[in-house]
Amino acid sequence: MIHTHTYDALVVGGGGAGLMSAIYLSREPGLRTAVISKLYPTRSHTGAAQGGVCAALGNLEEDHPEWHMFDTVKGSDYLGDQDSIEVMCNEAVDVIIELEHMGLPFSRTEDGKIAQRPFGGHTHHFGQGPVRRSCYAADRTGHMILQTLYQNCIKNGVDFYDEFQVVDLLLSPDGRCCGVVAWHIDTGDLHVFHAKAVNFTTGGFGRIWSITSNAHANTGDGVAIALRRGIPLEDMEFYQFHPTGIYKLGILITEGVRGEGGVLRNDHGERFMERYAPTMKDLASRDVVARAISREIREGRGINGKKYVYLDATHLGADVIENKLPDIADFCRTYLGVDPVREPMPIQPTAHYAMGGIPTDIDCRVVTGPDNTVIPGFYAAGEVACVSVHGANRLGTNSLLDLVVFGRRSGLDMARFCKTADLPPLPENPTERIEATFARLLATEKGEPAAKLREEMQDVMQDHVGIFREGPGMEIALAKVRELQERYRSVLVLDKGKRFNTDLLEAWELGNLLDLAEVTTVSAINRTESRGAHMREDYETRDDVNWLKHTLVTRSDEGALDITYKPVTITRFQPKERVY
Amino acid sequence: MKTVTLTILRFNPETDREAAYREYRVDVEPTDRVLDALSKVKWYQDGTLTFRRSCAHGVCGSDAMRINGVNRLACKVLMRDVGDRVTIEPLMGFRVIKDMVVDMEPFFAQYRSVLPFMINDSRPPQRERLQSIADRERFDDTTKCILCAACTTSCPSFWANEEFVGPAAIVNAHRFIFDSRDEAAGARLDILNDREGVWRCRTIFNCTEACPREIRITKAIGEVKKAILYGSTAP
Ligand SMILES: Cc1cc2nc3c(=O)[nH]c(=O)nc-3n(C[C@H](O)[C@H](O)[C@H](O)COP(=O)(O)OP(=O)(O)OC[C@H]3O[C@@H](n4cnc5c(N)ncnc54)[C@H](O)[C@@H]3O)c2cc1C
Ligand code: FES
Repeated sequence: MIHTHTYDALVVGGGGAGLMSAIYLSREPGLRTAVISKLYPTRSHTGAAQGGVCAALGNLEEDHPEWHMFDTVKGSDYLGDQDSIEVMCNEAVDVIIELEHMGLPFSRTEDGKIAQRPFGGHTHHFGQGPVRRSCYAADRTGHMILQTLYQNCIKNGVDFYDEFQVVDLLLSPDGRCCGVVAWHIDTGDLHVFHAKAVNFTTGGFGRIWSITSNAHANTGDGVAIALRRGIPLEDMEFYQFHPTGIYKLGILITEGVRGEGGVLRNDHGERFMERYAPTMKDLASRDVVARAISREIREGRGINGKKYVYLDATHLGADVIENKLPDIADFCRTYLGVDPVREPMPIQPTAHYAMGGIPTDIDCRVVTGPDNTVIPGFYAAGEVACVSVHGANRLGTNSLLDLVVFGRRSGLDMARFCKTADLPPLPENPTERIEATFARLLATEKGEPAAKLREEMQDVMQDHVGIFREGPGMEIALAKVRELQERYRSVLVLDKGKRFNTDLLEAWELGNLLDLAEVTTVSAINRTESRGAHMREDYETRDDVNWLKHTLVTRSDEGALDITYKPVTITRFQPKERVY
Repeated sequence: MKTVTLTILRFNPETDREAAYREYRVDVEPTDRVLDALSKVKWYQDGTLTFRRSCAHGVCGSDAMRINGVNRLACKVLMRDVGDRVTIEPLMGFRVIKDMVVDMEPFFAQYRSVLPFMINDSRPPQRERLQSIADRERFDDTTKCILCAACTTSCPSFWANEEFVGPAAIVNAHRFIFDSRDEAAGARLDILNDREGVWRCRTIFNCTEACPREIRITKAIGEVKKAILYGSTAP
């Protein structure tokens, strides 16, 4: 059975970006808005964010949006678009104050202001030393942002479609966006949502790798749907590995631990970051620290020769750990049996954050091609998008900021757009494509389980498209991913029912992950330089002459991936060598 | 690796008239989470086994269920702590949709009924509203709630009467009642002073034991009761 709904604006995703967008849309009288989310909004992975959200409030020491902008540009290895970065850093102060007014319970300073702490890559006076810029609520900042935004959506009476999984994007014959198709998980019915504007805020896809800080739900649905609908994906070779994940599990240990004074040590007990980043040390930018850890491990200085090093917080004292990092302490005790007050934590880098995604302009309108042609009515914000504030490497705390700044901007621009736009016609048979996909998945009687294919993909991506990359290894990964895509055609779904069929949805999600693994690898093979998180051992240096440009990958009708480029926007800061 | 037996209460609305137990044998590491064991069954033995999950480390609140008779998050319990025979059942008190998946709508309706959002109609200052460290500390514990429903569905008063607003909703009301920046404590206290409000709590402490975030729920409920009795939120 197919149901149809009509709205002005749809927000797909109930994480930080989606809810902020919905709050702004809900303030617009007469505008009909719905949020569609495959998880209950409060289950979104924004809730897992720990360390903080940055803004140059200057509550504890001098700070300025220009310094923040410089740090972000430098952190991006000069690939970030400086117009977007400027907008983000300038609006940061205002949006954090707005969150506080909405009720967000930030930790406080002695004089009652929002508390701030240092974070990797954030500096004063253009790189002179660490600055306290990260606003936090203990080590559950993301949880508090998600809760506060959800609470305000309830206050404003936002319409929610919870546990509805969006499975297709609808474009009208004249190329405008006109809605989505969603699968109601409880009943297994398809719903067509017809609207003037759609905002994709579906988050990241860290489940491509085996060691990851990302939730099971982070399967890149929005990114993969866009690719399938002919929309290019930008800078997909840039994927961030966070330096400190719990050994083997990948669960994140926030950079806030190092912000509070924690240090990394190798098997000799050496504080090795002093060698790699003399000024910023353990608080250098993430790509730098993750590579340093991997190098220590590769050169045999992992603890007992194993694939981990120690994050040592034992000198911080029980007070700091219990009050400022209580969740971290709980994770270590629960999953490792390690008490960080008395013992160092075993950590290894973990797949964490997609810098690339669906290309947008500073108002979150999705754009295609080298000259940024707008697809009317289609928006994207948050980790799913590439407005390119993070470039080749994201600074810690800049993602939560990205969510709220661009969540807000997307809501404002959609409201403006919906006032004048009319409702584009739906395409004929809007559900045809997805019905065919699901029918095929359900019809298979003999084949391999999705989990097996997923594990093989995660292992090969971890081995060859991780922190250190080189051409031949990535070719192996690409061949493997393509073999898996072939085997995926006969993936076996055992649950043939309609109600709450998560077996079917997991298989569909695997299709998304495989497509994104393919695009990531193709983009990474193509970029023959090292920049930010993309480190090639066969091309070790940054090459601004040939590669100071964004990658765009499009799926052609025949299924091939085509690569084109667009220029980086450079305004205030010319590219320089990057040292910390 | 060792082999353990999971006894799971299964219900498929499309084929079953009532729920029934089924046994699965699965190889696990002692450090695997119960969620990992369930996933192994789903991925490699029986794709119809259905449960919610997302973060896998106890912060999203998706996978509360009864594990050996007590409410736990499946991702926060390790196999070494539950023995070789583990019984897994859905939360009690909500309609079962399929296997471990229960209907959460009544739970969220109770949550929404206590005005779970900041109310302060005075004009905000240019910068942040100030709050002392002590005032912030006053409601810190109840900000940790992840709405997993482990507390509410462990409460005998809730089992006896599903109209009872339940511990989770009271926790979320507490989070605002004791926030120095909020102005609507009175309205929330009126709601909780209702027939189905805090007075249904018999101080049994099941909720506090069930909470995976270690929120001192019974204490919070006590503070709300006191505030109603004395008409004041002062400590
Ligand atoms: C462990 C961890 C800690 C972090 N800590 C920090 C930090 O301290 N500071 C910082 O700045 N950043 C941090 N980050 C990064 C940041 O938290 C994320 O990038 C950000 O939260 C992503 O938010 P989002 O709104 O884009 O997506 P999410 O919060 O992931 O939300 C995605 C939403 O989309 C919905 N959805 C997905 N697919 C579909 C579909 N097909 N149909 C319908 N709905 C769908 C989901 O239900 C969900 O509601 C951290 C990340 C992790 C993993
Ligand atoms: S899966 Fe998120 S709490 Fe268990």
